Amino acid sequence: MRIHVNLASLKRTQWHEYLTRFLLGGAITVATGLIAKYFGPVVGGLFLAFPAIFPSGATLIEKHERDKKRRAGIPHTIRGRLAAALDARGAAMGTVALAAFGVVVWRFLPLHNAAVILAAALAVWFVLAIFIWQARKWRVLPPHKPEG
Amino acid sequence: MELLVRFLLGGLIVSLFAVISDGLRPKGFAGLFGAAPSVALATLTLTLLTDGKQYAALEARSMVAGALAFLAYALACVYLLAKKHFRAAPTTVAMLFVWGIFAFGGWALLSK
Repeated sequence: MRIHVNLASLKRTQWHEYLTRFLLGGAITVATGLIAKYFGPVVGGLFLAFPAIFPSGATLIEKHERDKKRRAGIPHTIRGRLAAALDARGAAMGTVALAAFGVVVWRFLPLHNAAVILAAALAVWFVLAIFIWQARKWRVLPPHKPEG
Repeated sequence: MELLVRFLLGGLIVSLFAVISDGLRPKGFAGLFGAAPSVALATLTLTLLTDGKQYAALEARSMVAGALAFLAYALACVYLLAKKHFRAAPTTVAMLFVWGIFAFGGWALLSK
């Protein structure tokens, strides 16, 4: 399936669901700052990759998928859980790009312009995430042929 | 005041990435944004202003261990949701302990 924008799915998300993520995002950013202040940048830095927002996003995806099936007259379904699993699989691929973001900032920030390095790290994250997404379809080994 | 700025900037950047993720299809691709560097961008920007480049670079080094812990966390979630069909909310919250084990394990290695 090709990558595309689906505005209908944005309309399904209610304002309080966005508010929840805003509050969570703000809270984890404050918490990360406080942890770094009291325990130092090495421990605080771990929380720059804490999956704080992921549970709310996955729960939302499950709920939307379940509601869609209910409206179609299917009250019991595991489609929501499978959709959340797909989201988690995407996030797993994204973590490799997230680590690359960290490597770029760690290695290049002390010697170069900070704004340029943050922008470059974001670009590396984005390009690598798309590359990994595309690469999932490549075959590393040739298809198995039965003998005889 | 600094905490308020941190809260607003973090909330805004996280919300922006969440909106982008909600509007993208297929779902697996949108999932990539679940591991977007939103909190990292907000935190590093403010750290640069208050504590300087060396401090921010140290945070970024630890972030690499945090990201690998996130990978372990996401794989655990994939297994429990796709194979065991557990509900998303309790699974994704309970598995945060996997992140903790891997992140602090990584931190212990970095500290050696």
